[in-house]
Amino acid sequence: MIFAFSENIETALELLAKGREIADSLKSELAAISIERHGKEESYIAYGADTVYSIDSEPQADLVVDCIFSLTNQNKPEILLIGGTKLGREVAPRIAQRFGVGCATDCIDLSIEQEQLIVKRFVLGGRFIATQRFLHKPRIVTIPPRRFEKKLDTNRNGEIIENTLKVAKSRVLVLEIKDKTSQALKIEEADIIVSVGRGLKKKEDLNLVESLAKILGGALGCSRSVAADLKWLPEEHWVGLSGHKVKPKLYIAVGISGQAQHIAGIRDAKTIIAINNDPNAPIFKACDYGIVGDLYEIVPELVATLKA
Amino acid sequence: MVDIIVCIKQIFDLGQIKVDATSKRPITEGVARKISDFDKNALEETLRIKEKHGGTVLALIGGTKEAAKEALAMGADEAVIYSADTDSLGTATILAEIIQKMKYDLILCGEASVDEFSFQTGPRLAQALGIPVLTYARKMEIKDNEVIVERNLETRYEVAKARLPALVTVTKEINEPRIPTLLQILGASKKKLTEISPAKPESGVETLSITAIEMKRKEVILKDIKELARVVISEKS
Ligand SMILES: Cc1cc2nc3c(=O)[nH]c(=O)nc-3n(C[C@H](O)[C@H](O)[C@H](O)COP(=O)(O)OP(=O)(O)OC[C@H]3O[C@@H](n4cnc5c(N)ncnc54)[C@H](O)[C@@H]3O)c2cc1C
Ligand SMILES: Nc1ncnc2c1ncn2[C@@H]1O[C@H](COP(=O)(O)O)[C@@H](O)[C@H]1O
Repeated sequence: MIFAFSENIETALELLAKGREIADSLKSELAAISIERHGKEESYIAYGADTVYSIDSEPQADLVVDCIFSLTNQNKPEILLIGGTKLGREVAPRIAQRFGVGCATDCIDLSIEQEQLIVKRFVLGGRFIATQRFLHKPRIVTIPPRRFEKKLDTNRNGEIIENTLKVAKSRVLVLEIKDKTSQALKIEEADIIVSVGRGLKKKEDLNLVESLAKILGGALGCSRSVAADLKWLPEEHWVGLSGHKVKPKLYIAVGISGQAQHIAGIRDAKTIIAINNDPNAPIFKACDYGIVGDLYEIVPELVATLKA
Repeated sequence: MVDIIVCIKQIFDLGQIKVDATSKRPITEGVARKISDFDKNALEETLRIKEKHGGTVLALIGGTKEAAKEALAMGADEAVIYSADTDSLGTATILAEIIQKMKYDLILCGEASVDEFSFQTGPRLAQALGIPVLTYARKMEIKDNEVIVERNLETRYEVAKARLPALVTVTKEINEPRIPTLLQILGASKKKLTEISPAKPESGVETLSITAIEMKRKEVILKDIKELARVVISEKS
């Protein structure tokens, strides 16, 4: 059996698509785990699950670890697919530690070769890919959100099993939740992204780049420096290894040097265009089209040309 | 008084790693090493807690004396170093075995190491030790034998607490690590540094290969903005 879990329903559906593929090639079954009663359990079947274990708990790490550990003990799945959300990245290694087994986080590819699960993940700052296999069962992986496409098949049927597990109380007590202000931007879904880096001299100049994004009908992205160090833009805009991994048709990098960790986030872009005043900037080795020059000249003129 | 252990991983300076032209494997010979970025934030945070509450800071380091000296210069009271070539399961097992013999109230880790970026060791270690874990902390404080943190999650910040002893993993935004003075660097050699050699633990995953990602981009340099505009128009649709 293969288990798939994510507290994020969309991510869970994506895992089910990949899980279905793996289950079919191993002639195995796929079970979805739902830790919260959200009423969407039926859809897990239409998106690939044979069984849904529906547990009435809360997506809190301590509880999730307990639930998945118990279910795994009861059903002995060979593979656990866990959504690589922040929660998923915490619980997967904890479950693995409890079983004394390995875990591969943020896998970008999974395949079955001679009945073995082979995974690939970025290492060494996103410049290299490691190919790994597991030495024990269960094999535990996390898969980042939006890595695979969900697949609907309304003809499928399956079973929902309501499970009453006894779980210990969480030892972490939540005192307060502060919502982050803007979460409207889903940069992963943008077709066109204009991204800005430290080449920008001051926050007020953001409107320059914004106007380019706007005229192209695209989203505004940025490097880590702009989001994390300068805090000129919220994290939703942050692209890269530790930010969002994007796959637009067109990615325009403005005043971004093109360090490996930034590039790791834009590998799946169809076309990359770079604007940078340093001809030796690494971005010119990672783009399809580049122009050497001052962004303060190029961007306004480009906007004017596009408007005309 | 809070006795803190900070787990530090020494890594290659990733920017210096070259790629072997034929095998596409990373060449790490002769590449300098450094403390993994977020582990410096973890260490800095332990020093701030110590300055406020008193206690000790022990740096438990997977790495060499160089890393230990840097941690001691920044302000750790004592360092323990070891080295082992293993995966996250192995690392957590080793760290748990070492820490089990120690007295501690709090353990800090980076949220992830910059080379592996696996986010595993902190949660695994807490699980192995049977203590609560608070991940992705961007702020933290100690109060009445509890640790309170602000966790940076996808769409929200979550303020949460746990009883000590507990383990916290920190993000880069939690602080700006200090740079030791020359005097502190010189003083570091007088501090206690222990080297241990743990037995090789069992691994959970086997790495079959590590290869450079091939860039297949056109790398065309455009002459002027007119050309740029043409490319933008044709590529956007
Ligand atoms: C563990 C880890 C994870 C990381 N994750 C990420 C990540 O997810 N995303 C990310 O982006 N980074 C990440 N980084 C950071 C990354 O290594 C770089 O530091 C960062 O991408 C640099 O941002 P930048 O290109 O904006 O700034 P810089 O490197 O400072 O580049 C600025 C560029 O602007 C150019 N420039 C200056 N003035 C002008 C002008 N007037 N006109 C045109 N060009 C100009 C310069 O030539 C330069 O190339 C990570 C680092 C680590 C260690
Ligand atoms: N070999 C090691 N020795 C000591 N601490 C480590 C080691 N590996 C990882 N850590 C700690 O665990 C954190 C997460 O690492 P990782 O699981 O590799 O992403 C790091 O930031 C360190 O605090």
